[in-house]
Amino acid sequence: MRRGVGPGVAAIWLALLTAPFWLPLVHGYEALGTRVLVLGLGAMSLNFLLGFTGVLSFGHAAYFGLGAYGAGLTLKLLAPSTPLAIALGMLLGIVAGAALGALIARRRGVYFAMVTIAFGQVFYFVAFRWNALTGGDDGLRGFSRQPIDFGFFKLDILNDLTAFYYFVLVCFAIALGIMAFLLRSPFGRTLLAIRENERRARFLGIPVEQHIWLSFVISCAFMSMAGTLYALLNNFADPKGLHYTQSGDFVIMAVLGGMRSFWGPLLGAAVFVVLQDYLSSVTTNWQSLIGLMFVVVVLFFPRGLLGFLQRKSQA
Amino acid sequence: MTQLILYNTFNGLIIGTFYVLMALGLSLILNLSGVINFAHGGFLAVGGYLAYTLSPYIGFWAALIAAPLLTACIGIAIERTLIRRLYGRDPLYSLLLTFGLAFIFEDMTRAIWGAQGLPFTPPSFLTQPISPDFFFITYYRLFMMAVVGIVVLGLFLFLRYTRLGVRIRAGTLDLETVSALGVNVRALRTMNFAVGIFLAGLAGVLAGGNLSLEPTMGANVLMPSFVAIIVGGVGSLHGTLFGGLLIGVASGLTTVWFPSASEAVIYVIMAVVLLVRPRGLMGEEGIMS
Repeated sequence: MRRGVGPGVAAIWLALLTAPFWLPLVHGYEALGTRVLVLGLGAMSLNFLLGFTGVLSFGHAAYFGLGAYGAGLTLKLLAPSTPLAIALGMLLGIVAGAALGALIARRRGVYFAMVTIAFGQVFYFVAFRWNALTGGDDGLRGFSRQPIDFGFFKLDILNDLTAFYYFVLVCFAIALGIMAFLLRSPFGRTLLAIRENERRARFLGIPVEQHIWLSFVISCAFMSMAGTLYALLNNFADPKGLHYTQSGDFVIMAVLGGMRSFWGPLLGAAVFVVLQDYLSSVTTNWQSLIGLMFVVVVLFFPRGLLGFLQRKSQA
Repeated sequence: MTQLILYNTFNGLIIGTFYVLMALGLSLILNLSGVINFAHGGFLAVGGYLAYTLSPYIGFWAALIAAPLLTACIGIAIERTLIRRLYGRDPLYSLLLTFGLAFIFEDMTRAIWGAQGLPFTPPSFLTQPISPDFFFITYYRLFMMAVVGIVVLGLFLFLRYTRLGVRIRAGTLDLETVSALGVNVRALRTMNFAVGIFLAGLAGVLAGGNLSLEPTMGANVLMPSFVAIIVGGVGSLHGTLFGGLLIGVASGLTTVWFPSASEAVIYVIMAVVLLVRPRGLMGEEGIMS
């Protein structure tokens, strides 16, 4: 990762900042843009662990869903405050991530994946079965995001979709800023060292388990932030957001975009969201086509789109 | 109350036998090839539906054998064309590939046989209960448990005494040495995969006769099968067998007192096992890390 802002990164921010203006020109709509941002944030949070620590978590939907339910329940039962909803949703994700992370930080590779998937399903069943609190299979309804009062100025994110888009973009930028800062810090460098050669890192005296645990918790924190924003976007929390198939979606976004690059997962999320939106509108068998996309990505683009493009430009 | 407990314990045991068949197949593939087969549930459903389609022509008994064999053939084709390419690479890729295959399986099953549940009825003499007091114990369910018992015993004998079985076990411990001794590892992995898929197909046929056929029937037992493997201990097939029965019965018994926690309880068991004994109940030291 280079220091400073390269032309590519500047172009991404410019595209994101102007999205509400150019999206309608390409038959997009604002909610689609917001969804790309939110799921992109989720995929990038997962990639903090997957791409930059080298740990394969396949159960991250749990924290996405916990954020969503945490935010929804806050708005519904506690107080009509959007910032509080985001804070408490994230807190729920962080607490769960810290507890489960401690149980699994010693596992590696395919076993880490298996344990994370299985644990992720607990939250799905809790949301699915605890009808009185979560609305069960129908999902959590009966709440809506609230306008944000700055005292001198009130931002109406409830009715103004463009305002909500920019609100999400600000949250997205803050989260990315923190993650980029962490990855450039000595802590982030240590994570890369663990990814590249765990045994060597251990011999150097690095407490590997603690680092993996902390990386897991950070990843869960931003994943649950994405979850809170998703609940605010839809004014709805869906138990499917907790299901392991959602975890698989996040992993494929990261891999599709390129998990060795910071921005890759955002590109992957954009392609995935647009593709899913389009396919489900033209065929009932879109699920097969998404499955086929998984197969094609694994067999032909294992380095993701960004990795593929980089290779081409070098060749 | 006694009957209620008995009823749910028995139900749990039945479900546990499905977990066992699924988990043993998953375990075989995981141990030898390091692949978590997400599509395993898809194979289970295909097995059940194939038996449904075949049984009008060849009868229930022949379908009970033919459908799992056909499913295993599909498994061989997929292993040879797709999964084989990913051996030795980051497990991330085989996870994603089989994950995508699971989507395709479920969607195709729905497209071919419909989203509605289909009835698959075993011969009528099997569907009778053994007595009015124990209305929930039908002859079919006893038959099912017997079949699973025989197959599991057969699998263990196969692994213990046949050349192929011994090679599979040896490969699980040290594939490189097995390869150096002149065993065709590619063929070994294919055969091993086929055995695992056969078990899934058989579970599908038996499950179809017990409840009904649905496209998601396999996906629903996939997660508990993972839990069974982790609880029993990765690397130990005996552990997988025990783990599957344990979580089945635990889930059944929970239904008596706290029905809405019947799914969540198995994950609680898993958490406790990982806390107290990280390698699993019968797992070997070091394999999980």
